[in-house]
Amino acid sequence: MIDSLFLINHSGDIFLEKHWKSVISRSVCDYFFEAKEKAVDPENVAPVLQTPHHYLISIYRDKIFFLSAIQTEVPPLFVIEFLHRVGDTFLDYFGECSETVIKDNVVIVYELLEEMLDNGFPLATESNVLKEMIKPPNILRSVVNTLTGGSNVGNTLPTGQLSNVPWRRAGVKYTNNEAYFDVIEEIDAILDKSGTTVFAEIQGVIEACVRLTGMPDLTLSFMNPRLLDDVSFHPCVRFKRWESERVLSFIPPDGNFTLMSYQVSSQNLVAIPVYVKQNISFLEAGSCGRLDITIGPKQTMGKTVEGLMVTVHMPKAVLTVNLTATQGTHTYDLATKVLVWDIGKLNPQKLPNLRGSLSMQPGAPKPEENPSLNIDLKIQQLAISGLKVSRLDMYGEKYKPFKGVKYLTKAGKFQVRT
Amino acid sequence: MSSGVGYNDQTGAETAVEAGQETTPTTSSSGAAFGLFSADFKKNEDLKEMLESNKESLKLEAMKRVVGLISKGKNASELFPAVVKNVASKNIELKKLVYVYLVRYAEEQQDLALLSISTFQRALKDPNQFIRASALRVLSSIRVPIIVPIMMLAIKEAATDLSPYVRKTSAHAIQKLYSLDPDQKEQLIEVIEKLLKDKSTLVAGSVVVAFEEVCPDRIDLIHKNYRKLCNLLVDVEEWGQVVIISMLTRYARTQFTSPWKEDAVFDENNEKTFYDSDSEEKKGPTEAKPYMMDPDHRLLLRNTKPLLQSRNTAVVMSVAQLYWHLAPKHEVSVVTKSLVRLLRSHREVQYIVLQNIATMSIQRKGMFEPYMKSFYVRSTDPTHIKTLKLEILTNLANEANISTILREFQTYVKSQDKAFAAATIQAIGRCATNISEVTDTCLNGLVLLLSNRDETVVAESVVVIKKLLQTQPTQHSEIIKHMAKLFDNITVPMARASILWLMGEYCDRVPKIAPDVLRKMAKIFTTEEDIVKLQTVNLAAKLYLTNSKQTKLLTQYILNLGKYDQNYDIRDRTRFIRQLIVPSEKSGALNKYARRILLAPKPAPVLESAFKDRDRFQLGTLSHSLNVKASGYQELSDWPAVAPDPSVRNVEVIEPVKEWAPSLGKAKQPKSDAKFYSDDEEKEEEGSERSTSSEDDSSSSSSSNSDSGSEEESSEESEKTSSGSGGSSSGSEKSSSDAESEQRQKKKTKKRTRKPAASDSDSDENGNADQASSSATESSSESESDSGSDSPAPQKKAEANTQPKMAVKSKKEVSLLDLDDFSPVVTNAPKPSVISSSLLSDLEGLSLSNVSSAVQVTSPSFGPVKTYELLHHMTGKGLAAKYHFPRQPCLYQPSMVSVQVILTNNSDHALEEIHIGERSPASLNVHCFNTIERLEPGASVTVSMGVDFSDSTQAANFQLCTKEDQFGVSIQPAVGELLMPFTMTEADFSREQRNLQGMNETSATVTMATANTPRQAISKQVLSVANVGAVSSSQDNMLRFSGRTVSSKALLLVSLDLKDSSAVLLTINTEKTVMASMLLRDLTRALAQA
Repeated sequence: MIDSLFLINHSGDIFLEKHWKSVISRSVCDYFFEAKEKAVDPENVAPVLQTPHHYLISIYRDKIFFLSAIQTEVPPLFVIEFLHRVGDTFLDYFGECSETVIKDNVVIVYELLEEMLDNGFPLATESNVLKEMIKPPNILRSVVNTLTGGSNVGNTLPTGQLSNVPWRRAGVKYTNNEAYFDVIEEIDAILDKSGTTVFAEIQGVIEACVRLTGMPDLTLSFMNPRLLDDVSFHPCVRFKRWESERVLSFIPPDGNFTLMSYQVSSQNLVAIPVYVKQNISFLEAGSCGRLDITIGPKQTMGKTVEGLMVTVHMPKAVLTVNLTATQGTHTYDLATKVLVWDIGKLNPQKLPNLRGSLSMQPGAPKPEENPSLNIDLKIQQLAISGLKVSRLDMYGEKYKPFKGVKYLTKAGKFQVRT
Repeated sequence: MSSGVGYNDQTGAETAVEAGQETTPTTSSSGAAFGLFSADFKKNEDLKEMLESNKESLKLEAMKRVVGLISKGKNASELFPAVVKNVASKNIELKKLVYVYLVRYAEEQQDLALLSISTFQRALKDPNQFIRASALRVLSSIRVPIIVPIMMLAIKEAATDLSPYVRKTSAHAIQKLYSLDPDQKEQLIEVIEKLLKDKSTLVAGSVVVAFEEVCPDRIDLIHKNYRKLCNLLVDVEEWGQVVIISMLTRYARTQFTSPWKEDAVFDENNEKTFYDSDSEEKKGPTEAKPYMMDPDHRLLLRNTKPLLQSRNTAVVMSVAQLYWHLAPKHEVSVVTKSLVRLLRSHREVQYIVLQNIATMSIQRKGMFEPYMKSFYVRSTDPTHIKTLKLEILTNLANEANISTILREFQTYVKSQDKAFAAATIQAIGRCATNISEVTDTCLNGLVLLLSNRDETVVAESVVVIKKLLQTQPTQHSEIIKHMAKLFDNITVPMARASILWLMGEYCDRVPKIAPDVLRKMAKIFTTEEDIVKLQTVNLAAKLYLTNSKQTKLLTQYILNLGKYDQNYDIRDRTRFIRQLIVPSEKSGALNKYARRILLAPKPAPVLESAFKDRDRFQLGTLSHSLNVKASGYQELSDWPAVAPDPSVRNVEVIEPVKEWAPSLGKAKQPKSDAKFYSDDEEKEEEGSERSTSSEDDSSSSSSSNSDSGSEEESSEESEKTSSGSGGSSSGSEKSSSDAESEQRQKKKTKKRTRKPAASDSDSDENGNADQASSSATESSSESESDSGSDSPAPQKKAEANTQPKMAVKSKKEVSLLDLDDFSPVVTNAPKPSVISSSLLSDLEGLSLSNVSSAVQVTSPSFGPVKTYELLHHMTGKGLAAKYHFPRQPCLYQPSMVSVQVILTNNSDHALEEIHIGERSPASLNVHCFNTIERLEPGASVTVSMGVDFSDSTQAANFQLCTKEDQFGVSIQPAVGELLMPFTMTEADFSREQRNLQGMNETSATVTMATANTPRQAISKQVLSVANVGAVSSSQDNMLRFSGRTVSSKALLLVSLDLKDSSAVLLTINTEKTVMASMLLRDLTRALAQA
């Protein structure tokens, strides 16, 4: 299974290594650097590489490469999934997953990695279990620890590992019992030049934050579960209940977790919340081009569109832009050729517009293709598919919890071809 | 822990440390001599001091820094003595960090590492299970061969521990020991055998990992545990699931007979049958199907299916590969949706999943075709994802969807990512060879790409065209000529070489051009790339054989150049060719056959998927991903012809075995009682029971055995009831679900059939499925046509690839999609070629004041306007046709628009009987031109025809026929051409405009590209777009134009209000609101570009 892990930063320095079997020299990473060099863009590095004695499987997230060295056949997804789990755990523990934070908390990181894998096979990846064994850092505790010589490592050993609900620790106690559910939907769409939908789908997740005492057994039901087409669950959800009754029945993990993710059935027409009128043109002869983008609301179900942002990857030949926006701010990164127009809230009375000229490298040929626009947006209090949670019931405990459901629609990979 | 021993141990460690210290002064002094190392030594020195202090906190601090060093890959091994004595510390964190250190350096400091062993041995007896487990974990991680016997003992002991957690750890330890000392294999297998019998879900995954590592070939160990593993699978932790599933896949391939033989028939129309469910097959009439799936085989499939819903992508993938390798063909499709779901995960996950889908889609198009759009490329995808998606789209292409796919490809060809654009061209080439209907279309599209500005695109097109031409060289001398013309401008060696090869291969078709190309090559031979040189030599040789009169000298010249080339390949080739073709006394017998050797007909290359041979590897494996056999890869065996004895899987207790006998399938009646809700709790209880029962497991094995029997049975039962009631509930839902998503219906149907199905249910389901799928296609076509109508005809800039679009459309009888509904959107780009400057100067002469105030005058006819392509000479096999709208009233019928067609013969032979054939829509009223009897090569003729478009921009499709051939062509009128100028006074205009307000008025504000455009220029723009007449105007800032639609004579008024320097308010008044909005758009565009 997984022999070694190397964490490599953006510029190619190995800043952490961990070996679960015999030590593998870090020179093995040279093969990876070679591939990285060739790929130019870090996203283009192939996740699976072969070297004479090892196989390298890597992921790239938060500007860090997680590179694992492997010696024998193993399902690549197994490794990739695990590496992402490591990244998620760092995120969970330290609030972010960056080089500085990992370096600052190197001891905890090491302890975590030690617990997560044994001899290269995942041992404890459940955040609840890990948190029982290794306490996440917080300022108060570290002060107390330095004074008293206490430690971050829990004295009580994890109970979760042994129970048949390994995701939940025993003896949870809260004074305020609360359970919050966020229904977050993302619209993935490709619109063509004329605004016609080439492809659109909605995918959603239900993020939960549950702080309930004891061993509550929750049942979450929907008004319109038929909308959900393809679902995947946190291991706590009883699949049989879902299959027969279309309700989510589960003993929740403690704290934050993703309860389920789903796709809305493709039959339902996807409401596209905004329309984009764009005109990007590059003049044949002159070294300039023009850009004119207007965004307006389309099917917003009466809610306001917020956090509107347009990102354009300009062709390499575009040197500078000279644009004026009627709303929001725009920036053009000369190095990456990315134009970002941060609009903010969409006002239907006064549609935001960005227009102006693009100046091109003199002599460069006219770009073949117009750049596509990537749209980012948010709509609060709306699940664009129309999914509604009807009720949440709790069994097994006596108290009355505070319950809440929030809806949010976001743009996923929302692209307008031009 | 007894403190006495602990103390002794500590002193032991201390003496060792002292011994170590004694040596340090010398090293450090020598270190000081080399200034470079001194700092490092100092640092470690103070760490050592901290470690040896009495304060816990200092020790901890020191250990943290040591771990920091390890994590950076720095060597901290000289601290070993100081660290190791803290192994017995009471501080848990300190102890853990010491463990980290120990595991890292024990291999290098074996002797010192031994000092810690006794601590672990003691900890192995600790009452706390976690201390036992962690001691075993660290002990087994210390890679010191001397302690192998100790480890062995510890593992054996831990394998019978009461705590499943400790047993799990022992399973992990087995692999570590095995890698340390493979000689222990036999003993370790015994332990594995024991652990495989374990009933704890905690242990199952780990022991299977050990099994896979130590003795993957001992399949016999699995037999007895097979059913237990299947049943436990859902409750095993996710990582264990992956390993168990892949092990069971291998197992099943050795134990069961192939479920595919009978299903081979269904291979093609699997869409229809795949709703059939598993159990039906088992319980269905046996006489119909001689193949009976082993119930154990079915058990595996059934128990893994829920795992498709796992959040862990590796689990989903492993279930998918299990279904792919084990399930009957018509059941495999259940994994499709889950795999597509994985595509929304991280980039790396996408990469692996796409690779697997690529392999699957070669064999089973039908599985992924409904999800085709999920593989559409986004411009933000990384290149390797893009190419994989492209690969899959190409695999999925068939007659029905090819037009959609090609349309999508057109977008990709223009991509800024040139590697991807090149890959797209390759993909188009593959589509062209695979689907004969579109070969010509694709070829034409590729020919048009030859005039692309980007060289890589051109080069790639040349290479692909070469391959395509090889498959059908007869009709394409045109293309070869065209490529010969391009030759001078192409610099990419591969493309140049391809053109030269084509010239040589088909030199008889281009007898005049080929020698000329050779002449050019002779001039620049020395500066060319090697690959081009080789092809030049080839071309020379072939020409020498066919046309030696003209090329003899040239060939000799080139052969001489080649003889002294730097590259030995070229020298060799030259020498070989010379001997072969130039007769001399030495050349011998081969010379006679030179012609047959060089000009032998060559088989066309087969363009096939790069994933063609990947299916030799098990899906989802590293080997599959790399397309190389990875070390430790376990080959998936073929199905056995005769199944091995299934009774080996029977567990001692008889009752559950009866359950599994296939003959008792009927006995599986659903007990659909209300027990269902208790199901889960029951399971849980069972789970807890299991853990308790496993505690006394070791004491009385016989009792636990019977226990296991009943347990298994009860779980069986509960499962059945649940599926039964699940089925009935879904049955009641069924009626409503008809209107619902068909996706859901799939699920439902599947569930429903889990009931013992009546024999007629089969057909019923097929009916359902049919209905569902047809409704799906219906709705999808609907949505497409919708989108077509509400976004009318984007007039795309003339682009090379409008050609394939047209051609695709003309083939619409083969496409099943409602392409004709959609076609107006795509196909209406009749190359509105940019108005040339000469045209503008033509317009200059036009005076607007010559419009008299007479009431009804027909038009100032408007000079030569835009010419559109009707038929490209590549497509027309030499016949080219262009058309334009002369803007004159049609002579034949007043409601027709007159069209002038210029026919040119570009071929090398005369074309006869050019006339118009079938037209569509059938109601289309066309006045044809008279048949042209004969058109000489190079000649061209202008004919005029009249078309009644009935005031719509729907294209007029008809066939242009010659004596031999028919070509589908279409005339696509711009809305402005459907008008006739209508002259009126300003007063009349205002009056009419008042009458046409409200609904009949459309307006827009246009921003001009340049400020202060002269009125003159604006009106020129308007007149170039629409065939209208200017109305004299008294106001300086108003421009007015009037016209009537040709067919229905409806009035159409255009007025432009020049508000300020750059903005124009454009208003159109007419009853024909659709035309108005289209005209408005065209005008807006024209004005904005002015």
